[in-house]
Amino acid sequence: MNTLFDKIWDAHVVSLIEDGPTQLYIDRLYCHEVTSPQAFDGLRARGIKPLRPEKIFCMPDHNTPTHDQDKPIEDPVSKSQVDALARNAAEFGLTHYGMMSPDNGIIHVVGPEKGLSLPGMTIVCGDSHTSTHGAMGAVAFGIGTSEVEMVLASQCILQQKPKSMSIRVEGELGPGVTAKDLALYLMSRLTTSGATGYFVEYRGSAVRSLSMEGRLTLCNLSIEMGARGGFVAPDEKTFEYVKGREYAPKGEAWDKALAYWKTLRSGDDAVFDKELVFDAADVRPMITYGTNPGMGMAVDAAIPTLDSIAPEQQPGFLKALKYMGFEPGQRLLGHPVDYVFLGACTNGRVEDFRSFASLVKGRRKAPGVTAWLVPGSWMVKRQIEEEGLDKVLEAAGFEIRQPGCSACLAMNDDKIPAGKYAVSTSNRNFEGRQGPGSRTLLASPLTAAAAAVTGVITDPRDFLQ
Amino acid sequence: MKQKFDIIESTCVPLPLENVDTDQIIPARFLKAVTRDEKFFGDNLFRDWRYNADGTPKKDFVLNDPRYGGCILVAGKNFGSGSSREHAAWAIAGYGFRVVISSFFADIHKNNELNNFVLPVVVSEDFLAELFASIAENPQTKVRVDVPAQTVTNLSTGRSEAFELNAYKKYCLMNALDDIDYLLEQKDKIEKFEQGR
Repeated sequence: MNTLFDKIWDAHVVSLIEDGPTQLYIDRLYCHEVTSPQAFDGLRARGIKPLRPEKIFCMPDHNTPTHDQDKPIEDPVSKSQVDALARNAAEFGLTHYGMMSPDNGIIHVVGPEKGLSLPGMTIVCGDSHTSTHGAMGAVAFGIGTSEVEMVLASQCILQQKPKSMSIRVEGELGPGVTAKDLALYLMSRLTTSGATGYFVEYRGSAVRSLSMEGRLTLCNLSIEMGARGGFVAPDEKTFEYVKGREYAPKGEAWDKALAYWKTLRSGDDAVFDKELVFDAADVRPMITYGTNPGMGMAVDAAIPTLDSIAPEQQPGFLKALKYMGFEPGQRLLGHPVDYVFLGACTNGRVEDFRSFASLVKGRRKAPGVTAWLVPGSWMVKRQIEEEGLDKVLEAAGFEIRQPGCSACLAMNDDKIPAGKYAVSTSNRNFEGRQGPGSRTLLASPLTAAAAAVTGVITDPRDFLQ
Repeated sequence: MKQKFDIIESTCVPLPLENVDTDQIIPARFLKAVTRDEKFFGDNLFRDWRYNADGTPKKDFVLNDPRYGGCILVAGKNFGSGSSREHAAWAIAGYGFRVVISSFFADIHKNNELNNFVLPVVVSEDFLAELFASIAENPQTKVRVDVPAQTVTNLSTGRSEAFELNAYKKYCLMNALDDIDYLLEQKDKIEKFEQGR
């Protein structure tokens, strides 16, 4: 009771169905090309139009190639999906940032950077990583395509109200330890289902200390603990980030919005359904060894031994290690790496490129490593160039590609070949996620950079002065 | 596909693995379709566990095992985690499953199943373990899912449990109505809400 989650949720309740879900009003719907075509078909089949087209923003990101975007997409099936989104947006009068538009990028990177995702909003998208926008102090969650159709049709969604969870992280993250490591640490502690049924508020001094980019990374990964979403209460950092962005309120509207946003915090007497507390000092640079994001450990640790795994979990544990080509109890430091991927809605923002560049500066990419550096949006790519990071990266043997989801889920050509090891800053290490047979090790941009210059799994702290 | 629910009695397909994610249920490369072709998605359900790269069936995967069949999938804890792709629910429905039994479902996938008239039935860990044991012993083990009474019964052992389903959703399932049908009738409430902000 009296949590920030309650405040935002309750302010959007249109009606309550007796012994049923809540009819919740949605302030912002984002549509990408993969999970929307059948929803638009549904509108046509019912002979209806979007109720509030001005609240809906569309952009392709999953299928977009990361090179030669000015040319037609070679894969005809990908092309048809990207074209369908453009057609649907035009037919229904929705804003559409097409490929090569200076506004295009991964939907969860573009929303915050354009000021489309604001504190206190309810935000949905047919994509589980919609939780990212929670960093703005919004209630943001992923939905299915039928639910996209609901929101298109009525600007509302029917949902059971999730329970509330407080995850408080106090103290300071150590050198070389990033928001990504904190998230991977939380997942390893909670497992991939530990927060299922809950909406998480991240609190505590370690969370407050994170930059907005770091908070976006942390909230992005809420779904990997099973949470419906996760958010950080807005504060001065949030307001500073939002101010002046294209769709942020201006003038008097800004003052009014700001006054409201400043009230957006959990009460001192707030009661959460579940409260967890962690010490930031316990977090080390992390890496995953298995086939779900909860199977993570400190990069210098050893994979658990079989006897430490509960009997009912042993089949899944062994299946995962067999897929990855690892043994129980094995240490991963020094293990060869074939690919490095920097990007995705998890770590595709300018801070992530700064972090990666800071480690590779003055060094060279290891000869055996293929590295894909994919900015989250054209705006990120422009920032990289303005800051001269592209020069640093190029001097170290790296090339920057064009924006999109890329190798995170390999719906475009950026596929990790079967059996190859990829240290990846993305969000999922599921079997085949980065291409059939691909072996993904999730890590921070710093840990990815360390692997990129050494060619093996490396503790990034070895490179700290 | 919209279809009415009442009482379902069927043999089961067992998948005793935990944390089955939606990338396994339907890999990303099958998400490029722009239509809701359930047969296409059903044909590719569990694609990479079910088929080798050359398209030949993997003999050790349960969907290729002729001993098992029926319209009930029984899965380990935390079924449907990961990506929100509704294509996973379309694949399950397209294959012909009408019910998925597990001790725990991921939130988004659970909603996606319900929105596609596939019923997720949450049972206790004990019930699930006993059901897997019954099926292992006798692949012809049947389960009865009684939607009006909200009970699930392992007909091999007779063990029965109540399952949760809110009254609204139960009405929708039993009458083949979806949430959009409902929301379209709420326009006045929506406008009133907007004016009150």
